Amino acid sequence: MDSYSTKHVKSRTLFQETWRRLVKNKGAMIGMGFLIFLILAALLSPFIFNYETDVIGQNMSDRLMGPCATHWFGTDEYGRDLFARVIYGARYSLAIGVGSVTIGLVVGTVLGSLAGFYGGPVDSLIMRAIDIFYSIPNILTAVVIVSLLGTSTVNLMIALAFSCASSFSRIVRASVMTIRDQEYVESSYAMGLPTWKIIAKHILPNCLSPIIVQITLLIGSTIISASSLSFLGIGVPAPAPEWGALLSAGRGHIRDASYMCVIPGLAIMFTVLALNLLGDGLRDALDPKMKK
Amino acid sequence: MIKYIAKRLVMLIPVILVTSFLIYWAMSLTGGDPALMIAGDNAKPEQIEQIREELGLNDPFLVQYLNYMKGMLTGDMGKSYVTNKDVFKTFMERLPNTLMLGGAAVLIAVIVSLPLGIYTAIHQNTWKDTAGMIFALFGTSMPNFWLGLMLILIFSLYLGLLPTGGKTGPTSIILPAVTVGFGLAALITRTTRSSMLDVLRQDYMTTARAKGCSEKQVIFRHGLKNALIPIITAIGLQMSLVITGSVLAETVFSWPGIGRLVYDSITKRDTPMVTGSIIMCSILMCIINLVVDLIYAFFDPRIKAQYSKKG
Repeated sequence: MDSYSTKHVKSRTLFQETWRRLVKNKGAMIGMGFLIFLILAALLSPFIFNYETDVIGQNMSDRLMGPCATHWFGTDEYGRDLFARVIYGARYSLAIGVGSVTIGLVVGTVLGSLAGFYGGPVDSLIMRAIDIFYSIPNILTAVVIVSLLGTSTVNLMIALAFSCASSFSRIVRASVMTIRDQEYVESSYAMGLPTWKIIAKHILPNCLSPIIVQITLLIGSTIISASSLSFLGIGVPAPAPEWGALLSAGRGHIRDASYMCVIPGLAIMFTVLALNLLGDGLRDALDPKMKK
Repeated sequence: MIKYIAKRLVMLIPVILVTSFLIYWAMSLTGGDPALMIAGDNAKPEQIEQIREELGLNDPFLVQYLNYMKGMLTGDMGKSYVTNKDVFKTFMERLPNTLMLGGAAVLIAVIVSLPLGIYTAIHQNTWKDTAGMIFALFGTSMPNFWLGLMLILIFSLYLGLLPTGGKTGPTSIILPAVTVGFGLAALITRTTRSSMLDVLRQDYMTTARAKGCSEKQVIFRHGLKNALIPIITAIGLQMSLVITGSVLAETVFSWPGIGRLVYDSITKRDTPMVTGSIIMCSILMCIINLVVDLIYAFFDPRIKAQYSKKG
């Protein structure tokens, strides 16, 4: 026999295949590296800084000091170290981003798969309701919800989850609609599986790629929306060092302490940039056909 | 076509009713007691009761909502708690400023992003393409209110070229419009590039070249025209971004538009103003979406034929 039949073909799982392609993408790797660093900083910040004294404790003798050796990012109008506040702020921004997207993902996936799977009146009802939410700019939806529930980190997450949910439900619906008529779905019907099991076990895993990409990109845009709301004064309540709130405080000192405006903005931008790089890389890695 | 527009306008009614109901309901739960706010802290209970009666606050909720909507049809959406001015009138006074800002932003975005998107698509996988895509990536990653602050810092405070805010002259619109338009430009650049790349690979492009068309003709007449639909869709979808961007940019630049109005009303807890403005904004969005759908027909004869059939 020739070597053809004896040669062992090594198979790769979807995860291994995606990872292999992702590692080759420099941008995605830079993004991922930055995010790992940021997540570590966010997780370790309570051990590095004391929240009561370093992050929110006021020290008027050090107020508005520019970046220097003792205060790398300078200090704010109450003499609080901006470096500590920015690093600690990563906890808020990341938690809000991940939290809102998770809530949105669960709600959006359930609604989208119901609409896509059943079609007909269920689909019309769900999608029209989502269209209505879509017609209001999401910052205004968030304003209404935050005014209704009150300003707090959790309420901000809920408010931002609305726009994530509508985005996920559209993606899931479209994917489910293309998959529901495939033979393997029909055969699981014939085998007598209950509907929810067919959706959860056979349909959703097959529309995972667009969902994963959307998760990464939406965390980024949610961080921007959260900081926008904090900037408007209806996000995370003071004195929590959320990045948008830091920018809002810096705005009053743009003439005399411009670093207070520049630094938190850079933190937001680099985080979202890293998420976008990773999201774009994932899109290419999960679906090489899409790569342009 | 006219029939189609009429049908779409009729379809807007339930959307407007549901949206306004949800907003009215949510906001009515938030504002505290309006009568107490108007009367002030030292008011007697009888005075407060009288104001409640005058405002119709003792009516059942549905009656209050129906009265509100009835008022809206005649342009009466109540009075501001803070300025005592008519909500509808105030909104309408501010609307042109926001439309002007939004229009300028979209114009800047299109002027920058269409050529850039086409250019990067033609030079795919070269450093020019990479540079263009890096610009687009930064544009989508930057919070636009921060960009606004940075523009003020550079162009107003350091260079002293442009005003820091307010509506003081023709130059005062430049910074807010760039602020709103930048993120939009980044998104349109990306869409234009990928849409052009799709089109550039089509057989009719080869045919056009084989016929002896110049490269310019091939790209603009045969390429861009076919690539435009996804681009217009992207611009249409981003209209809510323009409104969101305006709320923030108007706050940063003290631009007297709707965004600034909403912000001021929220900070002053002026519930009728917030409710009215948000309802009006969502109606505005519905109308913008309709206009975008109609623009498709203008660019794509296939869609126009579809509309005529439907109508």
